[in-house]
Amino acid sequence: MDNSYIMREDNISSEMFLGDLKPWNLQELKKTMKIFVVNYNETEMEFDLVGVHPAIANAFRRILLSEVPTMAIEKVMIYNNTSLIQDEILAHRLGLIPLKADPRRFDFKSEDEGTERDTLEFELKIKCTKNTNAKPDSTNPDELYVNNNVYSKHIKWLPMGRQSNRMKEADVGPVLDDILIAKLRPGHEIDVKMLAVKGIGQDHAKFSPVATATYRLLPQIELVTDVEGEQAVRLQSCFSPGVIGIKEGSNGKKKAYVENARYDSCSRNVLRHNDLKDAVRMGRKRDHFIFTIESTGALTPDNLFLGSVDVLMKKCKDLLDKLNRLES
Amino acid sequence: MGETLKGRKFKVNVNPNTGKRDRHPIKEIQDKWKLVPEFLRTKGLVKQHIDSFNYFINVEIKKIVKANEKVLSDADPLFYVKYLNIHVGAPDVEEGFNISHATSPHECRLRDLTYSAPITVDIEYTRGNTRVARSNLLIGRMPIMLRSSNCVLSDKSEAELAKLNECPYDPGGYFVVKGCEKVILIQEQLSKNRMLIEDDKKGQIQCQVTSSTHDKKSRTNIISKKGRFYLKHNTLQDDIPIMVIFKAMGLQSDQSIVQMVGSEPNIMIQLIPSIEECYTCNVFTQLQALSFIGRKTKQKRFFAPGGKAKPPIDEARDLLATTVLAHVPVVNFNFKLKAIYTALLLRKVIQAKDDPKLIDDRDYYGNKRLELAGSLLSLMFEDCFKRFNSELKMIADKNIPKIKAAQFDIVKHMRQDLITNTLVHAISTGNWTIKRFKMERQGVTQVLSRLSYISALGMMTRVNSQFEKTRKVSGPRSLQPSQWGMLCPSDTPEGEACGLVKNLALMTHITTEMEEEPIAQIAHNIGVEDIFLLHGEEIHAPGIYVVWLNGNILGITGNYKRLVKIFRMLRRCGRINQFVSIYTQHKHRCVYISCDGGRLCRPYIIVEKGVPMVTGRHIEELKQGKRKFQDFLNDGLIEFLDVNEENDSNIALDENGIEENTTHMEIANFTLLGVCAGLIPYPHHNQSPRNTYQCAMGKQAMGTIGYNQRNRIDTLMYNLVYPQAPMVKTKTIEMTHFDKLPAGQNAIVAVMSYSGYDIEDAIILNKASIDRGYGRCLVYRNAKCTLKQYANQTFDRIMGPVVDSETKKPIHRHMPLDADGIASPGEMVKERQVMVNKSMPTVMTGPLNPQAAPEYKDVPITYKGPVPSYVEKVMMSSNNEDAFLIKLLLRQTRRPEIGDKFSSRHGQKGVTGLIVDQEDFPFNDQGVCPDMIMNPHGFPSRMTVGKLIELIAGKAGVLEGKFHYGTAFGGSKVDDVCEELAKNGFHYQGKDIFYSGITGEPLQAYIYSGPVYYQKLKHMVQDKMHARSRGPRAVLTRQPTEGRSRDGGLRLGEMERDCLISYGASMMLVERLMISSDAFDVDVCNLCGRLAYSGWCHGCHSSASVSTIRIPYACKLLFQELQSMNISPRLTLKNYCD
Repeated sequence: MDNSYIMREDNISSEMFLGDLKPWNLQELKKTMKIFVVNYNETEMEFDLVGVHPAIANAFRRILLSEVPTMAIEKVMIYNNTSLIQDEILAHRLGLIPLKADPRRFDFKSEDEGTERDTLEFELKIKCTKNTNAKPDSTNPDELYVNNNVYSKHIKWLPMGRQSNRMKEADVGPVLDDILIAKLRPGHEIDVKMLAVKGIGQDHAKFSPVATATYRLLPQIELVTDVEGEQAVRLQSCFSPGVIGIKEGSNGKKKAYVENARYDSCSRNVLRHNDLKDAVRMGRKRDHFIFTIESTGALTPDNLFLGSVDVLMKKCKDLLDKLNRLES
Repeated sequence: MGETLKGRKFKVNVNPNTGKRDRHPIKEIQDKWKLVPEFLRTKGLVKQHIDSFNYFINVEIKKIVKANEKVLSDADPLFYVKYLNIHVGAPDVEEGFNISHATSPHECRLRDLTYSAPITVDIEYTRGNTRVARSNLLIGRMPIMLRSSNCVLSDKSEAELAKLNECPYDPGGYFVVKGCEKVILIQEQLSKNRMLIEDDKKGQIQCQVTSSTHDKKSRTNIISKKGRFYLKHNTLQDDIPIMVIFKAMGLQSDQSIVQMVGSEPNIMIQLIPSIEECYTCNVFTQLQALSFIGRKTKQKRFFAPGGKAKPPIDEARDLLATTVLAHVPVVNFNFKLKAIYTALLLRKVIQAKDDPKLIDDRDYYGNKRLELAGSLLSLMFEDCFKRFNSELKMIADKNIPKIKAAQFDIVKHMRQDLITNTLVHAISTGNWTIKRFKMERQGVTQVLSRLSYISALGMMTRVNSQFEKTRKVSGPRSLQPSQWGMLCPSDTPEGEACGLVKNLALMTHITTEMEEEPIAQIAHNIGVEDIFLLHGEEIHAPGIYVVWLNGNILGITGNYKRLVKIFRMLRRCGRINQFVSIYTQHKHRCVYISCDGGRLCRPYIIVEKGVPMVTGRHIEELKQGKRKFQDFLNDGLIEFLDVNEENDSNIALDENGIEENTTHMEIANFTLLGVCAGLIPYPHHNQSPRNTYQCAMGKQAMGTIGYNQRNRIDTLMYNLVYPQAPMVKTKTIEMTHFDKLPAGQNAIVAVMSYSGYDIEDAIILNKASIDRGYGRCLVYRNAKCTLKQYANQTFDRIMGPVVDSETKKPIHRHMPLDADGIASPGEMVKERQVMVNKSMPTVMTGPLNPQAAPEYKDVPITYKGPVPSYVEKVMMSSNNEDAFLIKLLLRQTRRPEIGDKFSSRHGQKGVTGLIVDQEDFPFNDQGVCPDMIMNPHGFPSRMTVGKLIELIAGKAGVLEGKFHYGTAFGGSKVDDVCEELAKNGFHYQGKDIFYSGITGEPLQAYIYSGPVYYQKLKHMVQDKMHARSRGPRAVLTRQPTEGRSRDGGLRLGEMERDCLISYGASMMLVERLMISSDAFDVDVCNLCGRLAYSGWCHGCHSSASVSTIRIPYACKLLFQELQSMNISPRLTLKNYCD
């Protein structure tokens, strides 16, 4: 288990590794760095980032969280709000609704007045009324009233200028339809206009394009001694399902073996068993990052990762430029 | 230890301590705690306030009127007014003349009215020579306690309460007086009419009795001086030898006196000096004794009107009959009972002299009584009703002799505002002045604290002690063993009121007064021999027990065991009220029966022959709703014990503790704690002061205060935007509905150090969590104004905004104003902007110039505070004085910032030290970033293990999707919780691998992390931040003002001054203390040394040698003040350069 952190009972080993002392080399990185996509769908992606220093993996994670831009509602013009929700809270709730709108097609807002290049306009106009068709003895508010729940689907996009040419109605708006914004009762009314702008997560968490972007190190499990019989079953139960397998050993006894350490939750619960404690060695591979990106829905996770690469590249370029300017 | 007997299969356990064989282990009664919520539905917590008030307005008020039913006049012997009945109606509001409509508490809160009901009487009186009867005559208004029997909220369903704008979980039990919610706190005091033996500072034994009847309150002492005994009373000038008292009571022979006190040799010896003294005083007969006492009475300052001064002998007899030991009844001057009583008092003192163990403990809770709103109000009402009647009498005396056209009709002279104002004034100020008892008490009522639901509920269970806060004695402050189960051991404030202000435990009930007659009757039937039939001596015969009822001798019994047993049996089957207590005291050979009000009691499961009466079947029936708490009482399964009886019983904590002689068992052990301490999860794992701290802090936590919070317009209200019910609940939380009206949020906490900004209990917050709404709170304030009409028909008015002539827009100060001159809802108001543009007439009294338009001056209601607010609501109404009332509700939304105070439920408070971006926060394998980082140094010295368990139980709860319980002395077990964690693939101790958000590498240590319920406390930086460079100064001294509210300066105090002096920074001192404070140039005359003015010395009439110096203005002020007192300070000036 070289190049691994060893998970001990009360701490994680943190010896210096020889590799850390070597000067960083781009050529080396190009050779060693690999990416395997393990799992991919519209909103979630899991991939392995192998052979890089944690600083690089962490840079991507940090950028994903806070520097890849998205669109979010920033300004709320309240024309009427007679609901129970206070104006500020309503604005806050609206701001946190993830929007589907490709941020790459927008600029950061610069002037005071929003333009079609940098702003999306939405409208939420809803009024709760009594349902005249409701059964008289009904107590269910969904039946008694109309529009008693305000959902994100009630938000309407108001295209500015030539935005309607550039974008389809389906491409703009809240990612999910069923986000509850407010509850109304007859006579309550919400009439607001919203301006969504491009921003980054550093400014406010609502601009963060990911629900979370994170990684974990690849778990490693090694059986030092043979674990057989009842102990094998017990060992299996100490790890996440599918981590330890049991097969018929040569002597006819059940024998445990490491099937796939990848999905172990690293609970270290083996260490509770004194007899099994010394039979396993557990570790985390230092340069194998299992990266997970959960998108909020504006962009697909692969695009988000590419976005983070772009941001990192731009940052590096900026730094180089500044250094060059210093030299000259 | 165990032994196996031959032929038997089971083990018999022998108790190692007692050596007795234990009984078969009794099976635990499952879910017996379910009795607690059942109990709380009918009794306990706030119900005692309501019960006591109900008793007052339905029963006691009638008794008071009955006792004072006749008003006679000296002027006309035929004149009388007789009250036939009194009735307190339903609360209403009077709007103008004779128009009234039913009201609700919420209307009164909003409109600054008093929630009160009319008191009406039926009377019979004479008008001239005719007898007139009138009914439903209004004599005043009674403030009505919320949820009492006369309140509109009583017995209303949740939907009906919602219609009345009332929260279903609001406890009630308080009053709404002038729009303000007032609680009459429970008052603790020594019990009345009971003997109390104590030793004074000199070690002398004395016996004290505080007698209290409806119209008299007096204190009688039996003291011993130089081996003789005396009676001391504040109406007597000197101490009266006790034998004189006996003789005055008609016991003329020394033998009968001694027999009554006791003819044991040790007692007789002690009596000899007293008997001798009686002889030296030359008192042998009753008449001699009475005249002896008559000589010692204090001269009355006022004689009864019309009456003559009585002869001293009559006066002494009256005094003895009515004032000394007033609670012992004397009928037709038959002093026998009082003589026996006095003899027993004396006997107790003599016995206590020989045996110091007999000295009573003042702090013993059985000697205390709690006064509730009802009894306090009845004192107040009786007082003002008496005053009302004496006023009527005075009016009658004055008016009847006058001959007028109309016949004298007393009804026309009944002023109803006397009673109304007295009651309202008493409740709104908390000053309880009872004239006839010369009682004056402050702080009886308090404003109901509405910071959080729990602070309101906690206030309703508060017990205020009459003890002085300044005295440095530990006795009344310390936790008495007799408070067990009655008062919460944790919930008491720190500091000066520590131990004096207490809180009731969950199951405590306070008794209300009961009729004595039937109980006395029953006792006699069981075999108590009437004391009147006996001579003195039998009382002290061996084996004879004296039976007392509420501090009065009822009789004696020869078989006390039978008496107590049958009495209890009758009580258990409901023949005697469940709150009557009976207990034996062997030291004095007494059986005490109490049925007075104000005793603390709580229910217990009855255990008979080692078996608890409540069985699983009963609990099953309870769960199915077939059985109510009252049924348990009726069936004799449960009974109430008061403190005294509790101390006479053997109570087992649980089934395992039941032994042969056990009489009762606890219902649930967590009821030991009160409401506030009941919120703490795993309090039995915490160091005790931490629980006390949490009890104080839970009252400052913001969250929800009631379902009607959005309809309220309070002076200050804190709400959380997204409150959550705690992950780790307790049974008490569910019973008090804290989970419905929570005050806090479950924060994911990582216990680790981070950045150094977390020292001294500071916490680190995740910025993304705050962005998403963690700890976000709303602060509501109100602005009020009234528009009055004045005597000369002028009135206040509101003008629209002033419009700038150039821009055609309102000027900045009037920006939030609507066309009607009041800020409209949704508008933002900034510092110094006007919310109500009110103006007042300059001439408010006297005639106006009819030609000229009345002049007005602006008195706008402006907004103060550096941070702007939004107007949420505007209310326009009228108040009681027919003035318009305008209330504005102002709102601020605040997100947590550095310096805001947070606390967990374990007395662990801390301020935000740093707010960190999410990407810098550590994260675990699942990608979870905690909301909060707490430094582990908070644990070792505080020993709040409960918090550690809360964290791990909360984490398991999150994973399993359920709430765990941290109920005191129970709750989810740590082992089970750990197993749940392991089952879900987490480390069983709750320690996870975290990665540093900054370097990206795993942290070396495993991090203990999980959800902990955190409260946001009301102390926020925004309300405290303060700085000043220049600003207002005090008028008198010209020094900067004091305090943040007045934009004051920051004082360089004495100690800081000392530092500068010792350092020698003289210029710095001059700058701080004078230049930056109140420097002032004065002219000083060099000739006379006095102050000159404008270069001219008024003393010397010259300007020849006047120089200007700079001194503090306060110094100049001092000189002038001295001058005004004929002291002339003179300054001698010298040139600095010489």
